Formats: sequence, structure tokens, C-alpha cells
Amino acid sequence: MIPVQCFFVLSALLFFIGVFGFVTRRNLIAMLISIELVLNSVDINFAVFNRILYPGQMEGFFFTLFSIGVSAAEAAVALAIIINVYRVYHSDQVNSIENMKF
Amino acid sequence: MEYSYAYLILLLPFLSFLLLGLFGMKMKKPVAGLIGTLVVGTLFALSLYTAYEYFFVIGRDAATGLYPTVTSFNFTWLDFGKSPLFGTQLLFKIGFRLTPISVMMLVVITTVSFMVHIYSFGYMADLDDNYHMVGFEKGFQRFYAFLSLFTMSMLGLVVATNLFQMYLFWELVGICSYLLIGFYYPKHAAVHASKKAFIVTRFADLFFLIGILFYSFYVGTFNYDLGVMPDLTARLAGASWVIPAALFLMFIGGAGKSAMFPLHIWLPDAMEGPTPVSALIHAATMVVAGVYQVASLFPIYIKFGAVNQLHWIAWIAAFTAFYAAVVACCQRDIKRGLAFSTISQIGYMLVALGVSYSLDNGTGGLGYMAGMFHLFTHAMFKALLFLCSGSIIVIIGSNFKDYMGGLHKYMPITNICFLIGCLAISGIPPFAGFFSKDEIIDACGMMPGWQGVFLKWWMIMVAGLTAFYMFRLYYVIFWGQSYYELDPEHRKKPGEAPMVMEIPLMILSAISCVAGFIPFGHFISANGLSFDIPLQHGELLPALPSLCAGLIGVIAATVMYAPKKNPIPVMLEKKFPRFHRAALNRFYIDNAWQFFCHKIVFGLFSIPIAWFDRHVVDGAFNFAGWSTQAAGESIRPWQSGDVRSYASWFLTGTVALTIILLCIFY
Repeated sequence: MIPVQCFFVLSALLFFIGVFGFVTRRNLIAMLISIELVLNSVDINFAVFNRILYPGQMEGFFFTLFSIGVSAAEAAVALAIIINVYRVYHSDQVNSIENMKF
Repeated sequence: MEYSYAYLILLLPFLSFLLLGLFGMKMKKPVAGLIGTLVVGTLFALSLYTAYEYFFVIGRDAATGLYPTVTSFNFTWLDFGKSPLFGTQLLFKIGFRLTPISVMMLVVITTVSFMVHIYSFGYMADLDDNYHMVGFEKGFQRFYAFLSLFTMSMLGLVVATNLFQMYLFWELVGICSYLLIGFYYPKHAAVHASKKAFIVTRFADLFFLIGILFYSFYVGTFNYDLGVMPDLTARLAGASWVIPAALFLMFIGGAGKSAMFPLHIWLPDAMEGPTPVSALIHAATMVVAGVYQVASLFPIYIKFGAVNQLHWIAWIAAFTAFYAAVVACCQRDIKRGLAFSTISQIGYMLVALGVSYSLDNGTGGLGYMAGMFHLFTHAMFKALLFLCSGSIIVIIGSNFKDYMGGLHKYMPITNICFLIGCLAISGIPPFAGFFSKDEIIDACGMMPGWQGVFLKWWMIMVAGLTAFYMFRLYYVIFWGQSYYELDPEHRKKPGEAPMVMEIPLMILSAISCVAGFIPFGHFISANGLSFDIPLQHGELLPALPSLCAGLIGVIAATVMYAPKKNPIPVMLEKKFPRFHRAALNRFYIDNAWQFFCHKIVFGLFSIPIAWFDRHVVDGAFNFAGWSTQAAGESIRPWQSGDVRSYASWFLTGTVALTIILLCIFY
């Protein structure tokens, strides 16, 4: 059986890679992918904790599924926004939308 | 039921006002005028029928010998439920109450209003070179709409069942007066005059309101009918001054409307309105509202021992009558001359009420009857005089006497009518004013002590002045040097006004001739019982002094003003230049008010209050706005638009929050 620490290490790595990518990358699509990584790390945590702490129950798995659904929807919306930004600014760089303020 | 049609007397003019006010501009002008006139004609007929039914068909109550007080309807307009303050139910009612004086007022108002409605067809018309009507003035429909509203309000005032209703309609007539004085609103003077009239009367009405509040608080009802009043001895124990004080406060409101010194300043300026309006509102009906108010509260004055307050009224009125008569002697504007004459005559009416001290017909209550009689006759002959002056103004195109003179050749009908009006107001028998005015002087004599004697001779002197200034006006208009004849080549030849204006003049002249013979004491008297006016039965001797005074006035005016050249007035003017200038400027009362308002009220109160408002009140709100804005400005740069910095902040925040929560819980 895979030791439980492995899952947590994987989850933590995914999370911080995601955060790092979100903060450092300038490409909007790359930033979206980073967010997906963060979400995936959370999903792994849900699944693992459900498995370890409440083995007979399903809430954690269902929440994982729910989260995957939400992130799919979020990805669709985010892509739509990115396409619109690209149409207006002819760029997929995050600093191109800096005048959306005040 | 008797008087079941009474509600029409208020409803019809109101509907006519709504119709003319809302749809008047869509109608042809004569149609709008005809609607207004027909409605008032109907009212006139209804009022005459009411008077006939009240005095002759139903007549006196067999048991008491009094004309009954009839309340034809009295509906609740506002219900405030049981008031903790009054201890009774607080109700505002609007109704229709017939007493001898309100029936008399119904007849007066509708008669004059009807005449004025007919007359206005000519006055508000455009005339061609031969003085024929060719069209109607701008705003003709509006004029008739306001006249309807005024008629409704004035009728509502006189049939009031309680003080609240009286106050309500009192303010309505005030607003009608405002609207009609300012009828020619492009004219600066008219707007100014309308504002002045409204502010002065409103200021006085404040006291009326305070008086009503005092009265109703202690009496527990707005009614002023002694017959239905609850027993007040317990309530008024130790506070017997309250009702007299309240009554006098109410009189101040009446003094504002009735142009008593020193609140008279608005009435002469109100002459900026169209002349038919001056005749209806500022001579015959609205300005006697104060007299009507005192008369309808008269039983309460007597019952609650407010005789001293009545006497104060008499002194104020006597002074006003004299003051206005002196000022009227040297006015150059004929309408202003008539306006001061109105003030003086209202002074007579209030003197008559003021010298009364009991309900006894022959002695202490004679003034009540005399005042009401004079109100009636004065309404007729003063409306006549104003309408005559309107005809002259339409023809001459100016209010000033310098453009008139010698008009008897060109305007014979107006001449005769004006002469009848002058004779009536001067108290020359057998015209209307003789009987009513001499009753007033008689009533003054009934007052005990030196006051009665003084007031009697004072009013006789004013009667002489009245005759003098009225005949001065008559001669400078109709005789003397003609302005037209000085330069006939270049000046427009005067002529007679259109027929539609002459007919009301003739009707009113006829009334002025015969109104004195109405046995008024049989209809209206202090205690309600019938009595004979001594004068109407040949007892002419007591009237001799005032008749002499009147004749002296007439003769003096004839000597001074009838010839073409008038050396005596010019000489007098030269000899007393300061007095003449002061009289011409109404003894600077207007200036005194102006000083009081501008320097004292504005300077001492308004300017500091305005400063406080501008700096403290406004400052507080401006500071609130400014500080919010400044706070916003200072945090605005946080919203940078840089998505990654948002993410960094969010992350930092989350981490910080997590650490804080961990610290707290572990």
C-alpha cells in the first residue's frame, strides 16, 4: 500500500507549483492551467482524507467529483474571458488588461 | 329636506374651476367665459332662493322668535380619532351653515361675483378705436377659472360650520387673491404686489391659526356655535383670559385680510390686478372677511367677556378709517384712491362691531346690525365704484387722474353711475350709504363714557373726509380740465365703454339707490330679534351732524376741484409740502415695514441664521462628503488592475489569516 505521506507530498507539490505558476506566468492560459493544478491538489486531499478517516463513507469522493465539475465550468468561463480579452487587446498577456481598474 | 340643494353652491363653482382650469385652454375664449358666468349666474339664483326660503318661507322659529341656524350638511373631512390633548374626538368637518349673516353674505358674494363675471367680458376684451370689442385678452380662460375658484372659496368661508373650515377657505381666498393680483404676471409691479399681499396676509393668518389653536384647545371643539358648545366653566376656571386672548389673536388674522392699520399695506398695491378683481375681491368680498369673522364670533365675544377686546378693535378701526381717508385725499391713481376708501369703510364696519358691548338691539348691539348693514351696502356701492373706474381705465388706458378730466361729456352713463356711487358712499340720503353709515355713528354714540362721544364725532369727521375725497375723485375724473381737449389732434378721443360693461354698472347703481331702504334690522340683529332702524322711519335728527359733515365735504370738493383751474389744492400743496408728500407716500408706513423687514428682521435674525446655515449646517454636510471622497481617493490605487498582484495579496492574506487562526486555536 502506498504510504499516506506520498499523497500529501504530491498534493503539497501540486499546490505550490500551481501558486508559483499563477504568480510568475504572464500568459493567461498558463495562469488558468496553474489554477487547475491548485484545484487538483485540493481534490487529491479530499479523496485521501475520505479514504483514511471515513473509509465506509463517500462524501469526500462526491465532493471531489463536484469540485471537478465546478472547475470544468470555471475553465469554460475563464477561456471565454480569455478569448474576449484576446479579441479586444490582441494579446494573451496578463499585463494587457491592466487598465481594467478604478 | 330644506336646503337640500345647498351643496351645489359649493360644488358648482369648484367644478367650473376644474373644467376651466384643466381644459380652458382648449376652449374658445367666449365659451370659457360663458361657462364661468353661467355657473355664477346659477349660484346667484340659488343664493337668492336660499335667502328667500331662509327669511320668508321658513322664517323665524315660532318658539324663540329667532331665525334658526341651519346646518344643511356637515361631513367629516379628517378624523384624527380620540385626541389625548383635547380629551374628545378631533374632527375636521366641512359643512354648510346658514345663519342670517351667512345668508346675507351669500347674496352679497354671488351678486357682486355675477356682476363682475358679466363685466369682465368687456374689461378683458381687446377694444378697437371706437371702443368696440374685437377679441379677448390672453389668459381669459385662466381669469375665469380663478374667479370661479375665488367664488367657491369665499362661499365656503361664509358658510363655515367651524373655525377650521373658516381657516381653510380663508387661506383659499388668500391664494386666489394672490393669483389674481399677479394675473398680469409679465408686469413686475403685479408680481411684486401679489407677493406682498400674500406675505402680509399670511403673516396675519399665523395669528389667526394661533388663536384657533388656543380656542379649540380650551373649548375642545372647533365649533363656534354657542348653542352646541359644551359647558366650559370647569375648563376655564382660572383661565378666563384665554378666550378673549384667542379671539383677539383671531382678529389679527382678520385685520390682515381686512387691511387694518398697520397691516393695510398690501391692499393699495393689490390694485395692480385687473379692475374687476379689485371690485370683487379687494372691495366687496374678501377684504370684509375680517369683518365677517368678528361678526360671526360676536356672540362668543359677548359670552366670554371679551368686550375690551371689541373696544380695542374699535380703536384700531377708527384710527385706520381716519388714516386711510387722509391718504385717499391726495392719491393720483384713482384705483389707489378707491383702495384707501375701502380700507376706511372697512374701518367703519369694524368700529361698528367694536363699539358693541351687549346683545341688546337698541343700545349695545346696534353696532352689530350697523356693521353688517354697512358691509352689505358698501359691497354694492364700492363694487360699483370700482367697476366704473375700470370702465374709465379701459377707455383712458391709465390709472392716473392727470389723463382724465372732463369725461362727463364722453362717458355719460359711467358718469351717472359713478356719481351714484359717490353719493352713496358719502352718506347723502336717500342712497344706501346714508342709512348704514349713520347707524354706525349712532352705534358709536351708544357706547358709554367719553369713548362713545369721541368715537362718534371722530367717525363724523371721517364721514366728512369720505365725502371730500370721493367727490374730489369724481371731479378730477369727470369735470375739470379735460386731458383730451388740451390737444385733440394727437390724443385719442374718449368714449363710452362696451354695453356689457355698462349693464352691471346700471344694476349696481340701482341697488345702491334702494339698498338703504331694506329693513335690515328685521333680518339681522345682535340678539336675532326683529327691530326697526330708527332712520328708516323718519327719525332723521340724529343723522344731522354726519349729513352736515358729508355735505361740507361735498361742497369743499366742489369748490376745490370742479372748475377747470384748481388754485386751492395747488396752494395747499405749496403751503404744506411736507404734509402733502407724507400723505402721498401713505405716511411712510410701507417704508417703516420695509425698514422693519430689511434692517431689523433681515439684519438681526436672517443674516446670522443664514450664516449659521451656510457655514455650520452646510459645512457639516460638506465635510461628510469631502471626507468620504478623500478616503476613497486614498485607497483607490489598491485597485491596480494587475491580476497577479491581486493574487499575491490574496495569497498573503490567506496565509496570514491561517496563521492567525492557528495561533488563536492552538
